[in-house]
Amino acid sequence: MAMLIRDLRIAFRQRAEIMLPVIFFVVVVSLFPLAISPDPAVLKTIGPGVIWVAALLSVLMSLQNLFRSDFDDGAIEQILLSPYPGALLVLARVLAQWCVTGLPLILISPLLGLLLHLDFHIIKVLFVSLLLGVPYLSMVGAIGVALTVGLRQAGALLSLLVLPLYVPVLIFGSNAVVSAAKDMSYNGQLLWLSALLVIATTLGPFVISSALKVSCSYR
Amino acid sequence: MSKVDKLWLWFHRMASPAYFYNIAGRLLPWIAVATIILMLVGSVGGLVYAPADYQQGDGFRIIYVHVPSAWMSMFVYMVMAVNSAIFLIWHIKLSDIVARSSAVIGASFTFLALVTGSIWGKPMWGTWWIWDARLTSELILLFLYLGYIGLRSAIDDRRVAGRAAGILALVGAINIPIIHYSVVWWNTLHQPASVSKLDNPSIELSMLIPLLSMALAFKLFYLFIVLVNSRSELLEQEKRSQWVKELVTSQ
Repeated sequence: MAMLIRDLRIAFRQRAEIMLPVIFFVVVVSLFPLAISPDPAVLKTIGPGVIWVAALLSVLMSLQNLFRSDFDDGAIEQILLSPYPGALLVLARVLAQWCVTGLPLILISPLLGLLLHLDFHIIKVLFVSLLLGVPYLSMVGAIGVALTVGLRQAGALLSLLVLPLYVPVLIFGSNAVVSAAKDMSYNGQLLWLSALLVIATTLGPFVISSALKVSCSYR
Repeated sequence: MSKVDKLWLWFHRMASPAYFYNIAGRLLPWIAVATIILMLVGSVGGLVYAPADYQQGDGFRIIYVHVPSAWMSMFVYMVMAVNSAIFLIWHIKLSDIVARSSAVIGASFTFLALVTGSIWGKPMWGTWWIWDARLTSELILLFLYLGYIGLRSAIDDRRVAGRAAGILALVGAINIPIIHYSVVWWNTLHQPASVSKLDNPSIELSMLIPLLSMALAFKLFYLFIVLVNSRSELLEQEKRSQWVKELVTSQ
């Protein structure tokens, strides 16, 4: 808990870093109408997918520095050596990261939904699907970050490692929104998102902490 | 000694590099011969004796390469994941070597399955590529392999690379069922599997026998490559140990 508060405090001192992923999210989404067509009918059909892909990329971007500074100054070793279970501390770290980058992303998504001419009830589904899906993205992304934190050219490799693992969430998330747009049932997809989230939050921290141990062994 | 103890003893002996090196060396010629025979049986049976499909004509014959390689692409990943788990838990170096040599072969099988499927798809579906669930999951599998290989080659220290890549392989293995069952969730263009219903296969026997023989040939081919690869990796990794020195001086 103390770790969570510390991480949050550090994050809030660097406001620019919090805002960057959100701005990136907005900019990427607003590129699509320019690139494809400003026609509301087209935007309605591609909207959910565009928002989901943009959310995925900005989560990935915001994660790049998740463990970087702590890895460089050795704090990660101290965390792993401390008497508290490493998985719990890692969970606190990812949670803090989610609060400062994932949550603003989710909160701003209804606005982007409006920009892409999505109806109100569709935006609601989009909001819920992001609420369930983005924590999964953070958790699974953190595994990739933990594995590559010691490498010099981590960026491209990180996307290669993590993006394939994001596929199920991307499919269920955007599929839920598309189903809602067709007035079909979307509960199944949302339940799947919840199931994936439960798996990721229960198993993820253990994987992350052991991956960090591996990364620390070769600096 | 009970049977279980014997099994453990065998397990431990197989994990010893020198023993594995010798056994693998003795097995290799046999595996090679069996691979060649099965591949001949499979390709002659498949290309000459099997009747043409009533709908797809002779075009269907590409399944004798496509289906075995698609099966192998999944199978090899599972072998890789199991070996990674063994390496992470018991620190058996041999498992890491097997996992490492499997990765490239698995990626090649996946690529082969995609290419042959695409060549088959052009006359049958009228398109090179379709965003069908199975094709997509195979493509994602290829990405998973590439990520594994990429992570391995990015880390210089071999043991550490093995552990990091092992974790990745296990995470990927958890995701594979989700990807695989996507076939069931989305009802799509790809024809449903017609061989797996073993009790009542919906495929003619004269077509099935070459297919199974090809599948077995692909498995043995994989085994052959892995053994050759592992032997050379073992020599490299154990070059300072006693048994390698004896081996080199004796020749």
